[in-house]
Amino acid sequence: MYLFRLAIASLANRRFTAILTAFAIALSVCLLLAVERVRTEAKASFASTISGTDLIVGARSGSVNLLLYSVFRIGNATNNIRWDSFEHFASDPKVKWAIPMSLGDSHRGYRVMGTTEAYFEHYQYGRQQHLELADGRAFATDPFEVVLGAEVADALHYKLGDKLVLAHGVAAISLVKHDDKPFTVVGILKRTGTPVDRTLHISLGGMEAIHIDWHNGVPARGEGRVSADQARNMDLTPQAITAFMLGLNNKISTFALQREINEFRGEPMLAILPGVALQELWSLMGTAEKALFVVSLFVVLTGLIGMLTAILTSLNERRREMAILRSVGARPWHIATLLVLEAFALALSGVVAGVALLYLCIAAAQGYVQANYGLFLPLAWPSEYEWTLLGGILLAALLMGSVPAWRAYRQSLADGLSIRL
Amino acid sequence: MTQALIELSDLGFSWPGHPPLLDIPAFRLEPGQTLFLKGPSGSGKTTLLGLLGGVQKPNRGSIRLLGQELTELSAGARDHFRVDHTGYIFQQFNLLPFLSVRENVELPCHFSKLRAQRAIQRHGSIDRAAATLLAHLGLKDQGILRRRADSLSIGQQQRVAAARALIGQPELVIADEPTSALDYDARENFIRLLFAECREAGSSLLFVSHDQSLAALFDRHLSLADLNRAATPSEV
Repeated sequence: MYLFRLAIASLANRRFTAILTAFAIALSVCLLLAVERVRTEAKASFASTISGTDLIVGARSGSVNLLLYSVFRIGNATNNIRWDSFEHFASDPKVKWAIPMSLGDSHRGYRVMGTTEAYFEHYQYGRQQHLELADGRAFATDPFEVVLGAEVADALHYKLGDKLVLAHGVAAISLVKHDDKPFTVVGILKRTGTPVDRTLHISLGGMEAIHIDWHNGVPARGEGRVSADQARNMDLTPQAITAFMLGLNNKISTFALQREINEFRGEPMLAILPGVALQELWSLMGTAEKALFVVSLFVVLTGLIGMLTAILTSLNERRREMAILRSVGARPWHIATLLVLEAFALALSGVVAGVALLYLCIAAAQGYVQANYGLFLPLAWPSEYEWTLLGGILLAALLMGSVPAWRAYRQSLADGLSIRL
Repeated sequence: MTQALIELSDLGFSWPGHPPLLDIPAFRLEPGQTLFLKGPSGSGKTTLLGLLGGVQKPNRGSIRLLGQELTELSAGARDHFRVDHTGYIFQQFNLLPFLSVRENVELPCHFSKLRAQRAIQRHGSIDRAAATLLAHLGLKDQGILRRRADSLSIGQQQRVAAARALIGQPELVIADEPTSALDYDARENFIRLLFAECREAGSSLLFVSHDQSLAALFDRHLSLADLNRAATPSEV
C-alpha cells in the first residue's frame, strides 16, 4: 500500500504527462466500450425488428434487398407484384393472415406504407409483441387517414387531427407532393424501437387514391385531375402492391408455401424466411462490425503504448528518485513494483475516466441516437463482457508496466545508491 | 576489545576489466565513533560506500558490519541489513521532491521494521520521531513538516536528509560529501548538529569528504589513499 502511495505521489509530480496519458487511455476505453455497446444493441434491436411472420414475399430480387425495403424501409423494390397474386396467396388455406404492403411515398424523409388493418392486428416485433396505439385508432374506411409511428409523431410534433401532405417518392427533398389530397392523423403508435416508429401508415385505398389520377409517374393536369372527394367514391382496390407478409396456420408448411411462391407461374416472386434473411444481412454487416471492434482494440493498444512511452521516457530522469529509494531501503523489486503500480494506476484512472466519459456520452446522445438510428443505448452497468474487456485492458497495462519495471530493476541494481548530476 | 562496527580485512575490489580500485588490508570503525575519511573523487570512495552498503560485493576479503559478514548474505538480505542499520546522507538532492518533509524523513521506517520499531520505542510514534529529529536539527517550525521537500533551501534539505538518516537510530550513518553544497558557516553548523544527533542516537558517523578543513572536528581522520594500497601515487 505504501508503494502505491509513492507511485501516486510520483505520478502527481508529473501530473501533466500523467493526465494526458490517462486521458488517451480514457478516450480509447470510451471508444471501445461505445463500439461494443452499439454493436450489442444494434444486434439485439436488429434481431427483434420482426417476429411472428413466416414469409415475406416481394418481386423477385435478392432476399436481403427484399428484407431491407419491406422491414427496414431502406432502398426500393425492383418491381411491384400484382394484386391478384397477393389475393391468390392470401386466400391459400395454409395462410392464417396476410399483410399487403405498398411503399414508395414519403413524408419529410419518413417512409409511407400503404397497408390494411391486418397490419395492426398481426404484425409482431421483438418477443412476439403486437403493435399498440398510444393514441387514437387505426385507419378506417376513409382513405385519407394516417397512423403515425411514434418517432414520426415526436419528431414532427403531430397530434391527432393534424393534416399532412404526402410526397411522391422517397427522396429527402420531394419536388412532387400529393398536396391536393391531405391526410388526417387518426392514430399514433406506441414506440417499438423498430423501423415501424419511422413509418406513416395509410390504407391501401389511400395509397391508391393519391395516385389515381397519375399516369406514367406524373400527376394529371387540369381536366384529368381527380379531387379527394371524387376519389372517395371511386373503386380504390389497388392494381399492384410492393410486398406482403404471411403468417401460416402451421409452421411446417412454410417451406412448401415458399417453394410454391417461388415457382408461381403468374409472375416472378420471391418468398423469404425473415429469420434466415436477418441472419444473412447481419453476417454482411458483421464483418464491418468486427472490423470496427478490432480497430477500437488497436486504439486501446495505442493508448497503452503511449503510457509505456511516457513511463520509459521518465525513467532516466528518475534514476535519482530510484537511487534515493534504494538508499532508504527499497529493494530492487520495490522499484520494479513501483513502476508496475504506476502503469496500473494510469490505466485504472484511464479506465475509470473512460467509463465515465462513455456514460456522459450515452446520456448526452441517447435521445439523438434513438431518434435518428432507432438504437436505444442503455445507461446500464457494464455487462459481463464489458467487465472482461476492462479487466483485459488493466491486465495489458500491468504486462506493459513490467517492461519499464524490468528496466528500472536493472538500472537500480547497476546504479546502486549513488547518482550524481 | 569491543566488537567493531565496521571491520574490513584484506578487501579487494575492481570493476570488471579495470585495474584493482580498492585494496584495503585492514580498517575498523568503533561504535559511536565519528570518522572523517578524506578522499578525492575517483579514489574509490563511492565504491567503498557501495561495498559497505552491500550494493556491490568485493572480489575478495571480508566486510563485517556489527559482526555480520556482508559477503555471506544474499543481495536481498544485504539490502535488508543496510536499511536496518545504516542511514545515508548524500551530497545534494537527497530528498524525493514530491513528498512532504515529514514523509521524506519517515521513508526508512516504511522499508525497515526495525527502524520503525526503534523510532516508536524512543519517541512514541514515527510522526513524533520525525518532528523531534527535525526540531533538534533546527527545523522547529511545524508548518515545514507539511511542505514539499523541494520547496526548502539546500541547507534545510540537508538537515531533512540528516533527520532521515538518523530516524530509528541506525548504528551507522554514512555521509557522502553532505556539506559540499553548503557555505562554510553552514557546514560547521550542520556538522555540529549532526554530531549531536549521532551521539544522541548512539550512531557512528562515517563522513567522507575531500574538504580537509572539517577533519579536525572528528574523533578520527583518515585518508583513503593511506588506507588503500591500490591507490595510485597521483591521488596521494
